[in-house]
Amino acid sequence: MVMFNVALVLLSLAVICFLYRVVKGPTVADRVIALDAIGICLAGMVAVLSIILETSVFLEIILLIGILAFLGTAAFAKFLQKGVVIERDGNH
Amino acid sequence: MNVTEIIDGVIMLLVMVGALLTLISAIGALRLPDVYTRSHAISKSTTLGMIFILMGTLFYFWLKHDHFNSRLLLAIVFLFLTSPVSAHLISRAAYYSGVRPWEGTVRDDLAERRENRTKSAK
Repeated sequence: MVMFNVALVLLSLAVICFLYRVVKGPTVADRVIALDAIGICLAGMVAVLSIILETSVFLEIILLIGILAFLGTAAFAKFLQKGVVIERDGNH
Repeated sequence: MNVTEIIDGVIMLLVMVGALLTLISAIGALRLPDVYTRSHAISKSTTLGMIFILMGTLFYFWLKHDHFNSRLLLAIVFLFLTSPVSAHLISRAAYYSGVRPWEGTVRDDLAERRENRTKSAK
């Protein structure tokens, strides 16, 4: 059981490193990549916590965090490249 | 050494390897010089580390609690499919919005294409 706590500490250290990159990162793309990685780390922490608490009711949250991280990153990439997220159809 | 101990060991190994890979990718995010190398480090090893952690969780609930959670399997597949795609999207957006690669870069195959794009935009 101690190993799972150690894994949680390692994941927290990883989140701290990514937070440094979010604060310092010279470009916006750095910050977006680091925030995406923080979201994925958060999903892993939920998985390890549900092992420690011995409950399977949090496992949907992992899939939810994965989907939200992907949607946010894709929307931000489109905003960076084109300036809009949802383009207006100019034909009519 | 009986079956339960082996199962415990395998689950702990999977979770620890996943956490270590995630930490290694975070160290890569701290130390590497530009956006593209950082994206390279973060996208690959975070994805693999998270797949290891989720597989450890899947095996824990499957083998110890006799509860096969298909949402975890779905999460593994989804992460494996979308994490490289989002890294690709962000690197592409960074390149075309003018982020230069590290000055030690030897070749830049997209440079001509970027020149054409900025010319046609003007």
